[in-house]
Amino acid sequence: MSLFGEVPQATPVAVFKVTNDFKEDPNPKKVNLGVGAYRTDEGQPWVLPVVKKVEKIIVADDSLNHEYLPILGLPEFRSSASKIALGEDSPAIQENRVGAVQCLGGTGALKIGAEFLRRWYNGNNNTRTPVYVSAPTWENHNAVFVNAGFEDVRPYKYWDAEKRGLDLSGFLGDLERRKLFVFFDSAYQGFASGCLDKDAWAVRYFITQGFEMFCAQSFSKNFGLYNERVGNLTIVARDPDNLKRVLSQMEKIVRVTWSNPPSQGARLVAVTLNNPELFSEWKDNVKTMADRVLSMRASLRAKLEALETPGTWDHITQQIGMFSFTGLNPNQVEYLIKEKSIYLMASGRINMCGLTTKNIDYVAESIHESVVNVQ
Amino acid sequence: FVPGSLKKMSIFAEVPQAPPVAVFKLTADFREDTHPQKVNLGVGAYRTDDCQPWVLPVVKKVEKMIVEDNSLNHEYLPILGLPELRSAASKVALGDDSPAIKDGRVGAVQGLGGTGALRIGAEFLRRWYNGTNNKATPVYVSAPTWENHNAVFADAGFTDVRPYHYWDGAKKGLDLTGIMDDLEKAPEHSIFVLHACAHNPTGTDPTPDEWKKIAEVMKRRSLFAFFDSAYQGFASGNLDKDAWAIRYFVSQGFELFCAQSFSKNFGLYNERVGNLTVVAQDKDNLTRVLSQMEKIVRTTWSNPPSQGARIVAITLNNPELFTEWKGNVKTMADRVLLMRDQLKAKLIALGTPGTWDHITEQIGMFSFTGLNPKQVEYMIKEKHVFLMASGRINMCGLTSKNIDYVAESIHETVSKVQ
Repeated sequence: MSLFGEVPQATPVAVFKVTNDFKEDPNPKKVNLGVGAYRTDEGQPWVLPVVKKVEKIIVADDSLNHEYLPILGLPEFRSSASKIALGEDSPAIQENRVGAVQCLGGTGALKIGAEFLRRWYNGNNNTRTPVYVSAPTWENHNAVFVNAGFEDVRPYKYWDAEKRGLDLSGFLGDLERRKLFVFFDSAYQGFASGCLDKDAWAVRYFITQGFEMFCAQSFSKNFGLYNERVGNLTIVARDPDNLKRVLSQMEKIVRVTWSNPPSQGARLVAVTLNNPELFSEWKDNVKTMADRVLSMRASLRAKLEALETPGTWDHITQQIGMFSFTGLNPNQVEYLIKEKSIYLMASGRINMCGLTTKNIDYVAESIHESVVNVQ
Repeated sequence: FVPGSLKKMSIFAEVPQAPPVAVFKLTADFREDTHPQKVNLGVGAYRTDDCQPWVLPVVKKVEKMIVEDNSLNHEYLPILGLPELRSAASKVALGDDSPAIKDGRVGAVQGLGGTGALRIGAEFLRRWYNGTNNKATPVYVSAPTWENHNAVFADAGFTDVRPYHYWDGAKKGLDLTGIMDDLEKAPEHSIFVLHACAHNPTGTDPTPDEWKKIAEVMKRRSLFAFFDSAYQGFASGNLDKDAWAIRYFVSQGFELFCAQSFSKNFGLYNERVGNLTVVAQDKDNLTRVLSQMEKIVRTTWSNPPSQGARIVAITLNNPELFTEWKGNVKTMADRVLLMRDQLKAKLIALGTPGTWDHITEQIGMFSFTGLNPKQVEYMIKEKHVFLMASGRINMCGLTSKNIDYVAESIHETVSKVQ
């Protein structure tokens, strides 16, 4: 008998299953509105021109080698990434109470932050501290915190399905007015509105209010560097002394997880952020992506309204970023997938980047058909 | 300036300062030392005879190929990693004509260096081996071992990480009796972390006959073999020779894990290229194991980094590049062997007290010199030669320019300090 005889088959991650099903579908009109990656108007992945440029700079630079990075990562990356989140002139940075850990994408940053909090926050190894995640939230949030050892991961009210908007009173009701720890997940800075500062407003506001907090940053989307795993856990502490002790414990956690982080993506981002011309070029590339998404939002809403699709479709343009919660129910989602070969998440979530000028009519008509035919 | 109203206690006030990782502290101290003859024999990375890091020529070549290839993009890799890397890496460990691979019962998870591969393997075993979530399964690591082994398994949830006898300080060699004794006494199903070759830190490996004895007991007593293979090719200069132990265990029917690192043999330390090779009894078991590995990876790093994996995969899968790579690896291994020969010869020529055969009998990057803590302190403080408190030296830190100074320093130390 195998040592692994009792190991059960795990269920696949939903979003990757959607993409797999899409790949196997022979329908020439098929559209993938599932996994969250940017696509051009030709439906292709996009390597940012600035990234291509910097990759060439790096390969030509014979002063670079492949020696281990420090455990906490490439210093130029960490500091410039934190500056992006907090602002060039952030008082917290000037006061030397901001530090960072280079991590494996946003996931890695969340993981290291969660591991730290489980060990050192609210007591020692207090696995019972409640962790609240929005209802709904990114499907991996819950598992990351559970796997870091937290036993009590709960939802807080967020989405009001009836009004298709924020359930503010529900949200505030869950928060009350007490000492709650803020752990920001920032995976779309710049990608949402096209403006870095605008997209960081909430993070910066909390700092002005004196919070000590974590911010898990991902550069997967805004640099298009999904597979190089570029992330940064920014830490804001009360003072340098507390910061120093926190970072020393972060090192211990990193050491037993991946030892030290990968260089390529961090170098790409650091070189870009620290060079004024490249930084400008990057901001333009980001705006290109954000603008295309905004254009698809406007277009989709307009087409649905022109088709007089039952319901209201304001939420398509009120919502922001890569995703839209269409409001389609599971039956309607199933119809879209099975009858129209349009792939989206069971929740009704679509990736706006999957829309192009070539497929948007087909998608709009299909949504119209599913809403009209399926209840 | 923090406004008075905000001057409360930090939520981090009770967080203690962690001690630095010893090997990195050593390098930091080395950097700060201003002595012109200082030598760093601490951290384990290859150095040329000019004491410089070495980007392998084949790596430089492949990096250029990658940047010129406009068909490549940065889309997420699969959770388990780049398929071409995983299969090529497992082939390197198990052999091109491995029956287990032909049987379809070998799989892999691309890991973040050797550390990442160990971590994912450890997490899996804690969840699914010897019961469900059995944290009490004993995990044995050699005495001594790489300083991070213990912590990786402990952090994965194992509550009982213990040493097995390995190094015999008196005879400066393998304590085979001690190993066999520990194997016989270990609770059944215990996990044993085995260094595939070039043991870190002792440089002392079992011979093939000794491996056979170890395998026999492990099979009889149902002990789990978790190989750590960080130096394949780097030890003897020959990939197959350095993988002999792993392949022997596979031929004996073990289901096992092998954490591979390409940090040293590709010189790709900072791109974190690793592979956890999984050998199962059959395809069905393998499939279920890999599906659970996916879940663990998803909550740790989601999916692995591409650059290093691409470099290794392209190299391993292209016959010319593969040959070039093997040449680069042999270059490194040969320089280390040369330094071993020369250091031993110089110590003998100086008439340094003690025996120095172990310098050339040991293999790989490291040598356990046999220097005691006082002697190590003398070396660092008086001679500015930096080495680990255990007496471990990185042979790669030796060059034709500094070897005389190092030999003389060892001689002086051993003569003056007891």
